[in-house]
Amino acid sequence: MTVGDTGKRRIRLLTVTAVLIVILLFSIVLDLTQAFFSLSLKEAFMAIFGKGTDVHVSIVQQINGPRVVMGCMVGAGLGISGAAMQAVFRNPMASPYILGLSSGAAFGAALAMTIPIAFIPMFVTRPLFAFVFCMATMFLVYFISRVGGRVPTETLLLSGIAVGSLFSALVSLLTYVAGERMAGIVYWTMGNLSQTGWQNTLIVIPLILAGSLIMATRGRELNAMMLGDAHAKDLGVDVKKVRLEMLISSSLVTAAAVAFVGIIGFVGLVIPHILRIVIGPGNRALLPLSMLGGAAFVVLCDYLSRSMFTSLGILPIGILTSLVGAPYFIYLLRRRKNEVGWN
Amino acid sequence: MLRIEDLRFSYKDKPVLDGVDLEIRPGEVIGIIGPNGCGKTTLLKHLNRNLHPAVGRVLLDDKDIEKMTKADIARYVAVVPQSNEINFSFTVRDIVTMGRMPFLEKFGGESSEDLRKIDEAMEKTNIMEFADRFINTMSGGERQRVIIARALAQTPEIILLDEPTLHLDISNQFDVLDLVKKLSDADGLTVVIVSHDLPMVVRYCDRIVMLKDHKIFAAGAPEEVLTPEIMKEIFNIDAVFEKDPVSKQNTVRIYGSCTKRPK
Repeated sequence: MTVGDTGKRRIRLLTVTAVLIVILLFSIVLDLTQAFFSLSLKEAFMAIFGKGTDVHVSIVQQINGPRVVMGCMVGAGLGISGAAMQAVFRNPMASPYILGLSSGAAFGAALAMTIPIAFIPMFVTRPLFAFVFCMATMFLVYFISRVGGRVPTETLLLSGIAVGSLFSALVSLLTYVAGERMAGIVYWTMGNLSQTGWQNTLIVIPLILAGSLIMATRGRELNAMMLGDAHAKDLGVDVKKVRLEMLISSSLVTAAAVAFVGIIGFVGLVIPHILRIVIGPGNRALLPLSMLGGAAFVVLCDYLSRSMFTSLGILPIGILTSLVGAPYFIYLLRRRKNEVGWN
Repeated sequence: MLRIEDLRFSYKDKPVLDGVDLEIRPGEVIGIIGPNGCGKTTLLKHLNRNLHPAVGRVLLDDKDIEKMTKADIARYVAVVPQSNEINFSFTVRDIVTMGRMPFLEKFGGESSEDLRKIDEAMEKTNIMEFADRFINTMSGGERQRVIIARALAQTPEIILLDEPTLHLDISNQFDVLDLVKKLSDADGLTVVIVSHDLPMVVRYCDRIVMLKDHKIFAAGAPEEVLTPEIMKEIFNIDAVFEKDPVSKQNTVRIYGSCTKRPK
């Protein structure tokens, strides 16, 4: 697939944007129809604007509404974080899930759920603890995997997996120790959008939008950094500053994404990677489109997880994204030599 | 104009540059040579503040480089690095466009002026026909031209080349240096080349700076610096500087290595 020609590329960008918006909007309306009974598309659409029966309106506005908005935010956040991390590490395998950031953030959030702090409500402590542990994980993984100024793929993945496993084990430990008080946490660690009300969603929105804005405005610098730090420095980029900004903002966004809905894996890996193959590696388009793609992917998966296996009840969404993402990850490993961006 | 005053630098306790004074004049092509570990590349890295001097100053048009912003420096000095291996499928035009980065506002795009400079850079380096090709599918020589085009898009006064011929076959070595020399002659670009390749350096450089033991050992016209005695002492080779009878270009004929390393 060639996307070299500048004019063709612009048309392709517009096409991809339009297609993603359509998929996103369609997924949103589909997801709004799902409840303990299904609404029709028309009923769901009308209920957004408060028209229809009280039951329909309350399902759409109070139950499914925050869930869908949270799904969009989480997907957008994980998508752009993945894209930014792949540029910073110069490595298309980097993503919040693979590098253990999601597990680190999950541990922080689980800790906040286990140990309530007086006077500080949990909707504050959960994202806060998640952010602290997410940052800690990020720097731990980064410094473990750095070899002489470079971050080789092998050490990056290995240290990400090691640190991620450690935090996963700690989350399991918490669940075990806390007993029935933590019954919800098991479901939460598999990724779960069903516990989101407007309160949690309204906390997450500004965190994810702020972090994403920082990342999206650094597309040009990230492009130069993808050629190598030396290239970027020679072009006048303050590499250390941009890298630090990216590590902090992607931790913030990942933490906000994980704090209330748990671990939804592979979004940050699959979405930027597919987009990079279609529109090319330029980050100025890739970063915002990864938000759009991530949002569409998560909301669509949420719809599928609620509608596909009705006999089993609702499938945790993290299981579904991993069922899609893990095979893709394996496919990448097999094809690594041919894939763009592999060294 | 670029002036280096009493430049000193060390890695940990090991001195790498131990008092270097040098003036690089506008429009000249200057070659920095010397044995491994003499501090050539370290010197080059100071010229665009990739390293900060422990003692001494680097002055661009009498302005201390330490007081300039990174973008200011990138508007003045462009670099063609030693390695240009690029793994992502950016197009040639994408890469050359990056040369305009130091001129762009954070939220602005490239102006028509920027686009014109990008086209100009690609025309001068003869890569217009490759504009839409992916950089990671190109040969080393082609990539080097693209990186030179990116450097030109920075509209710099000085271009620094670190071992520009290292990974190139012989025909591409001539191509790249012919191009650089042409650009210097046509636009008055100042060029600083760090290289191990003596015949190439004397062929293309107006002036040679030889480093030894972290200091300038000799500087001047190629024939003054590359005397048989100096080449013997510094590189441990038997060689003579001469005008090539066919091309009438400066060259160095190496006819052997000294058997014993002189002290």
